[in-house]
Amino acid sequence: MSTATTAGARAHARSMAGTVVEAMPVLPATAAAPPAGVDAIDLVRAETVAGGGYTSLTVARGTTLRLEDLTGDACAHVVLLNAAGPHERLNIADTVKVLWQAYVTTGHLLLSDQGRVLASVVTDTSGRHDTFCGTSTKARNEQRYGDGTAFGPTPAGRELLTLAAAKHGLSKRDLPPSMAFFQGVRVDSATGTFAWLGSAGRGAVVELRAEMDLHVLLANVPHPLDPRATYETGPLRLHAWRGEPTRPGDELWGLTPEGERAFLNTQDYLAARGIS
Amino acid sequence: MTTTTTALALVAGDVVLDETVPARAPWSAVVRAGHVLTIVDLGGNQAVDCLFYDAHDTAERYSAQDTIAAQGGIFLTTGSVLLSNEGAPLVTVVADEVGRHDTVGGACSKESNTLRYGHHTQHQHACVENFLLEGAKWGLGKRDLVSNVNWYMNVPVDPDGSLGIVDGISAPGLRIALRAERDVLVLVSNCPQINNPCNGFDPTPVRMVVTAPSS
Repeated sequence: MSTATTAGARAHARSMAGTVVEAMPVLPATAAAPPAGVDAIDLVRAETVAGGGYTSLTVARGTTLRLEDLTGDACAHVVLLNAAGPHERLNIADTVKVLWQAYVTTGHLLLSDQGRVLASVVTDTSGRHDTFCGTSTKARNEQRYGDGTAFGPTPAGRELLTLAAAKHGLSKRDLPPSMAFFQGVRVDSATGTFAWLGSAGRGAVVELRAEMDLHVLLANVPHPLDPRATYETGPLRLHAWRGEPTRPGDELWGLTPEGERAFLNTQDYLAARGIS
Repeated sequence: MTTTTTALALVAGDVVLDETVPARAPWSAVVRAGHVLTIVDLGGNQAVDCLFYDAHDTAERYSAQDTIAAQGGIFLTTGSVLLSNEGAPLVTVVADEVGRHDTVGGACSKESNTLRYGHHTQHQHACVENFLLEGAKWGLGKRDLVSNVNWYMNVPVDPDGSLGIVDGISAPGLRIALRAERDVLVLVSNCPQINNPCNGFDPTPVRMVVTAPSS
């Protein structure tokens, strides 16, 4: 096909439409195969994120975000920000300190720096997540793999999260410490040193429920403590569907006194904005 | 610049700054590359919440996560290199009379206090307020606050993942010394928390001594 003319270039460009690859979004999301128990009509996002890739999305309060590690080599590095005011953002220190628990799993709440719940973990079949080590830097990946640039062969999580933040008009200053799903570590209680736990294997699923409108920034790159010498990563499937936030009376609402006060703070904040 | 020396500095050198931070108060200074900041826990078990920034590019700042990932564990002590969010050394712990310090517990805030202790604490003073007030002097704002170091604070992690601030292991007069690996802005909240054991429920003053290598 000649691309020497406008018409030829246009025809060439248009001929690419409909190409299907593994890592891509399905649009509209309702055309995707929904997870079991989910009505396709409720899907608002369906995407497979490449290993070494990133994505970002903005979801409404009540949306469930489902992450699936397709090969056992995904690691989802996640930053959450209040979409209505992204100066409010995930606070990892408060997330572990307030809830007295470092090993995040079902029932845990991801807290903001304003004493509110950004999201709750409603499903977890992995149990191997990490609040301690964050994501990788360009410097670290250069040292470990020879390159850490965003579009090089071994991209660093921080470079990708910087791009994801930029898509929302945000910069590096807006990137707080991040949460890692699907690749975990454990802390020796006496020495404080890490033991590598790694992945639960293919098919592990985490579901987060948005408790307020959120910007979700996600980089899918190896955990910084992944002991393998080579850059091992795999695709991550993401589904999001509309639903209801946690309400008073839900089991999760009163699971811990600290969490209940976090939900009360969230409810109070949203009520003042006219959101029930 | 003075050229006096003080017995308080943990590393020999010429004193360029010697200030006492009152109980509950914030503090900040730029510590030049190669200079050493000695922090003295005057009363014992005073949590000294601390953030570091590249003095010339504050978008590059302390990263608790990069630091503990690189050193392979959560406690800070002699030899720990505190890394930035770009993975570059900001300061190194060159001497430590306590043994370990916290880097996962972060700062207290009015907001998190309401979750931890109840809504009656809403109007108590908190570290984030100190950071915001002191940071504003350097053009820093809320976006610039990240998980901080807590010198002298004791935060164990149990085998089941339970984590919490418990009684400290410091004592009156114990010191830690930090060498700046580049010009760093040091931002401190001398923790005003009165609801947990981070400072024995009793905020006390600390002393900050900056020394330059003796010429």
